[in-house]
Parts: sequence; structure tokens; C-alpha cells
Amino acid sequence: MADIERYKTPTSLAEATEILRAGNVTVLAGGTDLLPQTQAGRVHFQPTLMNVRRVPELQGIAEEGAVVRIGALVTITELLESALVRGRLGILWQACDHFASDQIRNAATVGGNLCNASPAGDTLVPLLALDARVVLAAKPDGAVQTRRVPLAEFLLGPGRTCRAPTELLAAVEVPLPPAGFAGEFYKHGTRPGLDIAAISIAAGARRDGAVLRDVRIAFGAVAPTVIRAPRTEAVLEGRAPDAATLAAAVHAALGEIQPISDVRASDWYRRELIGNILKRVLTHACQM
Amino acid sequence: MPAKCDIAFSLNGVKRELTVPAGMSALEMLRDRLGLTGTKYGCGEGECGACTILVDGSTVNSCLMFAADCDGRELVTIEGVAVSAAGERLRDAFVANGAVQCGFCTPGLMVQASHLIERHPGADEATIRRGIEGNLCRCTGYRKIIDAVAAAAKEKSHE
Ligand SMILES: Cc1cc2nc3c(=O)[nH]c(=O)nc-3n(C[C@H](O)[C@H](O)[C@H](O)COP(=O)(O)OP(=O)(O)OC[C@H]3O[C@@H](n4cnc5c(N)ncnc54)[C@H](O)[C@@H]3O)c2cc1C
Ligand code: FES
Ligand code: FES
Repeated sequence: MADIERYKTPTSLAEATEILRAGNVTVLAGGTDLLPQTQAGRVHFQPTLMNVRRVPELQGIAEEGAVVRIGALVTITELLESALVRGRLGILWQACDHFASDQIRNAATVGGNLCNASPAGDTLVPLLALDARVVLAAKPDGAVQTRRVPLAEFLLGPGRTCRAPTELLAAVEVPLPPAGFAGEFYKHGTRPGLDIAAISIAAGARRDGAVLRDVRIAFGAVAPTVIRAPRTEAVLEGRAPDAATLAAAVHAALGEIQPISDVRASDWYRRELIGNILKRVLTHACQM
Repeated sequence: MPAKCDIAFSLNGVKRELTVPAGMSALEMLRDRLGLTGTKYGCGEGECGACTILVDGSTVNSCLMFAADCDGRELVTIEGVAVSAAGERLRDAFVANGAVQCGFCTPGLMVQASHLIERHPGADEATIRRGIEGNLCRCTGYRKIIDAVAAAAKEKSHE
């Protein structure tokens, strides 16, 4: 294990981004990914370990106009306890309800979940369905600057994001879905929360008379990153969710995923799960 | 030179000051540096809950927490829970219900159960099962543990 030469605990975003600008920094939030990954030797520490827990700009959940801003340090427990998240971002709330154990939820942050960029990351699936974007902060020349990146562009592959080493993930912004939007998150694993998802689905839509509008569907653990399913959404958009439409949606979905076989499931089983569970989730969502 | 961190925190109500290597876990610090061996090392990966402690009133896996991150915080371990009223209630309920066999999971479960009862006095079985999801027991099959926690939760709600 590489030695940590410096341990930093900045107390403002300006200070944190200044430390990042100097380079060779490992960011620490809840530590639930970082500690096991470094102890197992899968990830090596940079010479500077920066604990961002005391940076106030990374805290809090707030409604700002048509957007919900969730600070990077917000824990899964805080998301579960938020009436705003439960009321308006139901599929994100459900994903948090399926996340690990109480002990992990109390420590794990949404920023850590995003930056860890697991193809099975539980908050990533609903956040992608909800068109979230991440706010990245850096201090290239004396002043803190931020850029906003759609989540779909932020995630590049397993454990890989477009975050530059000098950038900090400050927050994730979620546009409020239209009134009447309802959906469901489903995660398949053998131990309810603690399992890494074999597959996961976040799906939602708005009922407009007999037909569906604003259909959003995202999948986890069936591609190198969590993915949106635009062709599946197009099949459902403006249609009544009858048996023929659901069958067409499943057909489209199976064309959009590229599952692999690993210890948790074979690619065949993942396809079966996506087909069957997508149908179930859509049927539930349509009844809401 | 590996970084050393000077930290100060409260441990079971007592102020502590310590210098720890930056890469050390809170679990290693508690067991190896401070000699508090009630907190157990089961998996070291957040799966078993044997290392559960309270930090600022919430439970976490101490094997997943950096010791340096304890700075400025309030830690309560099984040694602290054991001497509290909630701990005594839980211990009596564990004994009365036969919820302890080898006992390795017991400290973590008692810390987690004390937090669960604090948050949900009078918790029902579903809430208890959900609350102790992160604690593995290889011996009891959980039935007696759930009964014990339910008994302690009921007693608490009657206070
Ligand atoms: C037993 C167990 C069960 C788990 N179950 C689940 C589960 O059910 N679902 C799930 O999705 N995940 C699960 N995880 C994975 C993990 O808990 C989550 O990914 C968690 O959200 C990570 O957050 P953290 O704050 O602990 O991140 P950390 O470990 O602190 O950091 C994770 C990574 O992100 C980087 N980072 C963190 N914050 C920032 C920031 N603000 N800016 C830039 N980089 C940053 C770190 O450098 C590190 O590379 C589990 C882990 C364990 C050990
Ligand atoms: S030792 Fe920490 S969860 Fe198992
Ligand atoms: S009593 Fe032996 S592990 Fe639970």
C-alpha cells in the first residue's frame, strides 16, 4: 500500500479545491468504498488524503427553483429522511431504501456513490432516469469555478468518470419531474439490501388519460455504466401500456443492454430479469 | 514518511487525544491502540456488522471508517452501550431469550439494536429485521435475536 504523506481536512470549498489544484489527491467522503478498496490493494492512495467531510458547501438538500440540489456529502440515510426526496423524487427514495444496511447508509454519501461509478450503483439508476447533472468545482486560477455535466456524460465506464483529478464533485442537481410523474425502482439480489444488484431498473412516467407521457427508464448492472433506455422509452411514449406495447418495450430493452456474466448472474439470466421485471415495474407504475 | 494525524474525540463520554497513521481504520484504533476489544473484527468489509459503533448518534461499520475521521466526533462503543440503561435492557433481553451462542455477533448487534430502539421505540418485527440487516450471526438463526430486540423495544416503549 502506498503511503499517505499528507492528511488534509479543508473547511471550505475554496480550500478543498486549492488542495486539489496542487495535485495527487485522494478524496475521502464516507469511506465505505475507499477503505475496503485501498485495504484490498485495488485502489492506491495518492500522497495526499483529503477528507471533505467538513466542507459546508457539500452539505444539504434544497429545492432551488425547478431543481433539487443534493450536496455531495448527503448520506443515503439523509436522502431517506428527506420529505422532498420522498415526495418528489420517489424512485431515488426507493433506491435508497434498497441500499445496503443501516450502518452503511449512515456513512455512504451520494457523491461517493457517483464518483465510484459502479455499473450497479444504486442511486445512479434513478438519478439517470431523472435527468440529473453533477456539479464539478475546481479552482484553476484563484477563483472557484463550477461546471455542470449531465450524468450520462459524467459516467464513462466501471469506476471511471469525466471528473478531472483537480475537480471535486460538489453536488448533484435533479430537475423536478412533471406533476403526476410516478415510478418504481427495482433491484434484484439475494440479500435484500447488502447485495450488489444483479440488475436494477428505475422506470417512471406520467399517466395522461389512457397513455403514458414523459417515460423515463434506466438500467443498472447490464452495461459498463448505468444506462438510459431511449428506444424503450420511445416505444412507450404516448402509448397505452397494453400487452402488445409492453412486449414491444421489452424487445427494445433487450436490444439496448449488453449484460456480462459474472459471479452475480449470467448474461442470459440478466436478460431474463430485465425482460420480466421491466414488464412488472411498468405495470406497477401504470397503476399509480 | 507516512502521515500521522493528531486527533481528539469523545469515546464513551471521555475525551481522548491520539496520534494515528492516516490509513488506519477506526476499528484497528479501538482494538489495537485503545484496547477496547468489545468491538469485533469479522469481515473488514462492511458485510457483517460485528464492528458496529455509534458515531455522533448514528451507527457505522468501524472497519469502513478511517481513524483520522474520528477527530472532533463522539464515539460510543459496546463498552459504552453496555453501561447505559438501554444496554442493560438489551443484555437482559438477550439473556432471557437465549439470543447469544458464540457471542461474536452480540456486541455489534447490541449497538445496532440500541440505535434501532432509540429511533423506533416499540419497533415491530419487520422494522427490527430491517434494522439488523447489516449484522450477520452464524449461530442463532436470528429468531431469538429478533425476539430479544422486540422484548427490549417493548420495555422501552412502556417507559
Ligand atoms: C457492505 C457494503 C455494501 C454496499 N452496498 C451498496 C449498495 O447497496 N448500493 C450501492 O450503490 N453501493 C453500495 N456500496 C458501495 C458504497 O457504500 C457506495 O458506493 C457509497 O455511496 C460510497 O460513498 P462514500 O461516501 O462511502 O464514498 P468514499 O468511499 O468516501 O468514496 C468513493 C469514491 O469517490 C471519491 N469521492 C467521494 N466523494 C467525492 C467528491 N465529493 N468529489 C470527488 N470524488 C469523491 C473517492 O475518492 C472514492 O474514489 C456498498 C459498500 C459496502 C462496503
Ligand atoms: S468487520 Fe466491519 S462489517 Fe464486518
Ligand atoms: S451468536 Fe455466534 S455469530 Fe451470533
